[in-house]
Amino acid sequence: MTISVTMTVNGQSVTRDVEPRTLLVQFLRENLGMTGTHVGCDTSQCGACVVHVNGTSVKSCTILAAQAQGAKVTTVEGLAQDGKLHPMQEAFRENHALQCGFCTPGMIMSAIDLVQRNPNPSEETVRHELEGNLCRCTGYHNIVKAVMAGAQAMRG
Amino acid sequence: MTNQGIGQSVRRKEDFRFITGQGHYTDDINRPGQLHAAFLRSPHAFAKIRAIRLDTAKKMPGVVAIYTGQDVAADKVGGLICGWTVKDKKGDPHKAPRHDIIAIDHVRHVGDQVAVVIAQSLSQAKDAAEAIEVDYDVLTPVVDVVTALKPGAPQVHPDAPGNLCYDWEFGDKAATEAAFAKAAHVTRIDLLNNRLSPNPMEPRSAIGEYDPGTDTTTVYTTSQNPHVLRLILCAFVFGLPEHKVRVIAPDVGGGFGSKIFNYPEETVCVWAARKLKKPVKWTSDRTEAFLTDAHGRDHVTHAELAIDKDGKFLALRVDTKANMGAYLSTFASAVPTYLYALLLAGQYTTPAVYAEVKAVFTNTTPVDAYRGAGRPEATYVVERIVEAAARELKMDPVELRKKNFVPVDAFPYQTPVACVYDSGQYAKALDEACKAADYAGFAKRKAESAKKGKLRGIGFCAYIEACGIAPSSVVGSLGAGVGLWESGQIRFNATGSVFVYTGSHSHGQGHETTFAQIVSDKLGVPIENIEVVHGDTAQVPMGMGTYGSRSLAVGGSALMRAADKIIEKGKRIAAHLMEASVDDVVFDKGTFSVKGTDKQVPMAQVAFTAYVPHNYPADLEPGLEASAFYDPVNFTFPAGVHIAEVEIDSDTGVTTVANWVAVDDFGKVINPMIVEGQVHGGIAQGIGQALLEGVVYDKESGQLLTASFLDYCMPRADNLPSYKVGMIETPCPHNPLGVKGCGEAGAIAAPAALMNAITDALGTEEITMPATPLKVWKVIQSRHLAAAAE
Amino acid sequence: MYAFNYHRPASLADAAKLLGSATDGKFLAGGQTLLPTLKQRLASPSDLVDLNGIAELNGITVSGGSVTIGATTRHAAVAASAEVKKAIPALAALAGGIGDPQVRNMGTIGGSLANNDPAADYPGAVLGLGATIHTSKRKIAADDFFTGMFETALEEGEIITKVEFPIPKRAGYVKFPNPASRYVMVGAFVAETANGVRVAINGAGPCAFRHKEMEAALAKSFSADALKGIKTDPGSMNNDIHASSEYRAHLVGVIAKRAVQAALG
Repeated sequence: MTISVTMTVNGQSVTRDVEPRTLLVQFLRENLGMTGTHVGCDTSQCGACVVHVNGTSVKSCTILAAQAQGAKVTTVEGLAQDGKLHPMQEAFRENHALQCGFCTPGMIMSAIDLVQRNPNPSEETVRHELEGNLCRCTGYHNIVKAVMAGAQAMRG
Repeated sequence: MTNQGIGQSVRRKEDFRFITGQGHYTDDINRPGQLHAAFLRSPHAFAKIRAIRLDTAKKMPGVVAIYTGQDVAADKVGGLICGWTVKDKKGDPHKAPRHDIIAIDHVRHVGDQVAVVIAQSLSQAKDAAEAIEVDYDVLTPVVDVVTALKPGAPQVHPDAPGNLCYDWEFGDKAATEAAFAKAAHVTRIDLLNNRLSPNPMEPRSAIGEYDPGTDTTTVYTTSQNPHVLRLILCAFVFGLPEHKVRVIAPDVGGGFGSKIFNYPEETVCVWAARKLKKPVKWTSDRTEAFLTDAHGRDHVTHAELAIDKDGKFLALRVDTKANMGAYLSTFASAVPTYLYALLLAGQYTTPAVYAEVKAVFTNTTPVDAYRGAGRPEATYVVERIVEAAARELKMDPVELRKKNFVPVDAFPYQTPVACVYDSGQYAKALDEACKAADYAGFAKRKAESAKKGKLRGIGFCAYIEACGIAPSSVVGSLGAGVGLWESGQIRFNATGSVFVYTGSHSHGQGHETTFAQIVSDKLGVPIENIEVVHGDTAQVPMGMGTYGSRSLAVGGSALMRAADKIIEKGKRIAAHLMEASVDDVVFDKGTFSVKGTDKQVPMAQVAFTAYVPHNYPADLEPGLEASAFYDPVNFTFPAGVHIAEVEIDSDTGVTTVANWVAVDDFGKVINPMIVEGQVHGGIAQGIGQALLEGVVYDKESGQLLTASFLDYCMPRADNLPSYKVGMIETPCPHNPLGVKGCGEAGAIAAPAALMNAITDALGTEEITMPATPLKVWKVIQSRHLAAAAE
Repeated sequence: MYAFNYHRPASLADAAKLLGSATDGKFLAGGQTLLPTLKQRLASPSDLVDLNGIAELNGITVSGGSVTIGATTRHAAVAASAEVKKAIPALAALAGGIGDPQVRNMGTIGGSLANNDPAADYPGAVLGLGATIHTSKRKIAADDFFTGMFETALEEGEIITKVEFPIPKRAGYVKFPNPASRYVMVGAFVAETANGVRVAINGAGPCAFRHKEMEAALAKSFSADALKGIKTDPGSMNNDIHASSEYRAHLVGVIAKRAVQAALG
């Protein structure tokens, strides 16, 4: 049995018939072919799958596509506007905050949500707020630097 | 140009696709008509398979095929191989029991493959896998090396009596015994090097695809070395011709060693795809990763250091038992032997070293190379026992090290364990690290911590590693089944842009930038006009892959050779264009010129002429491309000092890393930003090993108790400090770039530094990694340190 | 995940009806525990009844002497609420420390309480503050609600609608997280209320419980020092690879002292 799910993803309205057990991340990756959002664990801990639903960060592996019915979803693919990178994307590149790049989409989406809630975060706040995102490459040093730089850029 | 070349922190070329979600990892790829594979895995650590019933499962929706080990055997598919044969004390080869891609009669660890379901969707494949019925005779498992070596222990393989893979030795036993006999002091230590799960954030994944029209098999997979995988699959597993198999390792999300190896899953995907003539895809979930990705470390070691009355080291004696897991993985045998014992001299002039290593089979996930591979284990032994010796002798650990360092004027330095160290400035690194860590101010900081009821400790690690693996003749003589050269190719296009092909593979290291910098620096082409191609056996002619911090030292050197050939040919074209003698043409910063004149032609014009050879030397082939292979004459020996400072909450046992200083010598540095990033990541993995991470098996049942991130403690941002990273540059004298390698240093240095700090704070060596709050608290309780601190 | 049917009713009555007609239905609130459980194929409900479409279950009201939080209110909303921060700062802090930011953006108080995971945070606050749990059928006092590990007084089909927390004189919550999962390994919620001092310990045992000996000591003198020498029986503690029961029992004392200090500001 399938159900029809409609949501707005990166500004585009999309409708698909899916099994009710379809997770939002599967909807994005498999039904929409948007593979920027990744899956790195099965226990909702790694954060590679973080997207924004109605403006706040969630783990798209721990929400059914059906629960996002009618929602506005933003993924890493939707951050750059008119060919211009989001300041947080720019900060990640400038500060070498990524190596293999696998955790990066989720990390950037979490970082943007973090800064929306804490426009001027301390290093300690950044480290604590990234609790839901694992990175195995960078040792977090440059991610923390990038988030602080990104926050500054977002403050303008 | 000058801001793009060697020594510049050029921002990475590869980042744009990653920060915009446009990377292409294996699981992002879907092939037309693709089917999905799900494995039924053993719930038991050790069992005989009595019967497998597939009737119900085969009738489930979407199921295309279900295969067991019997089907694989019927197709005469070879087992997985170990590519490095270690010979034991008697000269006999190690025991490498058969490793089937799907178990036939026995399962030997939890997660061993019992059957594979191929279905239209992944959910359908998983649903059907659950419907397979298996009758097991459950056997008593053994999971740790000490128990496995005891008489009467369960036997993991009938053809490895006593669970012994090999009993190996290295070094001069007689000289070592003699040195111990005259020692003024002997320090003894017992160490556990805890088992780790590598956990790259991208789980392993593979798609097998077969094109009957061309009889070509394509494998998309998460590999650090696609050419090596192709060689193994073709020559050993399937008996396929190499030119009919293409391995593509696209964007790969970290490896840390775990993606070097040939695993059952990608092998099954290839086999099933050829059988069904449909693409077959498998992607690991994290639990499967914990159960099947090769683990790292797992050593039990007793070490003894003989010291004379002046504090000079006389000899080191090491006895290690290394857990191989249930099967011998692709390079497992080399890790606790040649990658381990050869580094036991450390940075010191210790004249005699002797090591005995027993490799042991157990009912656990196979163990193989993980970031550092043998060298972290060696460093942990050397640097923990040196620190312990300083404490016993009541000497400053810095002074004891300096007294025993290989001096700057002794290079090349022949150690008693085969290595010839290339270059180094060990005391300088230690001095700089002490300064950066404010070692002089430590006592004051310790007193301040004590006032707050906290315990403070400082720990040192002066590590050395052998990188740039390796001279093929050397590794061949030690049992390696492959050569360890690297290949590089530089191909100019007519319009002056450049393809660079490397057999190295980047899965986070930034080759697309660093290698472009080298070529840019050497040939004067802007890096935006350089495309570095890697990870596809159909595009890159040959390669040996990325591991052992070898990419730059070996792969980069191959590119330098290729660039030399380009310049050589370019000079002949330029000489023709400028009507000059080749001997008078010089090349600098992208321009050919005639000595002593103002005549010059740019590289782009030479490239154009090479492809539009209307006005061209008669005896010269058109085209501007060059291939080169580089086989190093020696390993490189990066070295450095890390200093850790910790503060321990004596009420809870929680350890906080208060400060971290690293001073590393990687030889010449191409891109400092990338190198620092490699150091950061390595330190985090090392801190993870010492403080947080550890694979735990239940001793009775053999169940993996740490099979998810809920129980396996991964380092998070708030576990770690910001690191102070410094560098000194002592070029490697034997490769054209002067580089040594940087990828593993942090993971090698950090565990010893951190445990030396923790044992300093606690005043006892009796604590094992990971030093969890529980373990630290137990030590505090037993030593009544909480009361003392109050 | 196994296949299931999905429903999103708009009223409590419909939700109850849908669950009643399902073979083996489950309510879905924030899903931060339920969905991981389903992904691991550890449960196979026939139907999921999503409560997030029921408007009356969501929201925070502070009036008189209590803070009332609707069952589907997200942890992040509680943590960010200026009213909660003012009325019961320890409650806002507790909500702000659950899981990670993404979990807090989805997870709900009702889901957390109905699940009663021994390593959850909210049971500490509910028990520590002596809250009242309102359901689709009745009101349940905190002391009667938690009946065992993953067990509550809720009946089949009964839906938590809101939780009413009496505003205490002061309160503090401190937890010691499991190093790997970051769930609670030992938590202590200490409150000085109109009806006396309450000390709830969560994470340490199979189910959140009140520490009567600590309550008595703090009733005499509300200070960290008052807890000195009070032992907790390791026999009543959980035991796993991260913490032995002895260690947990020890941490109960340390963390409770810190919670008192937090309450005292």
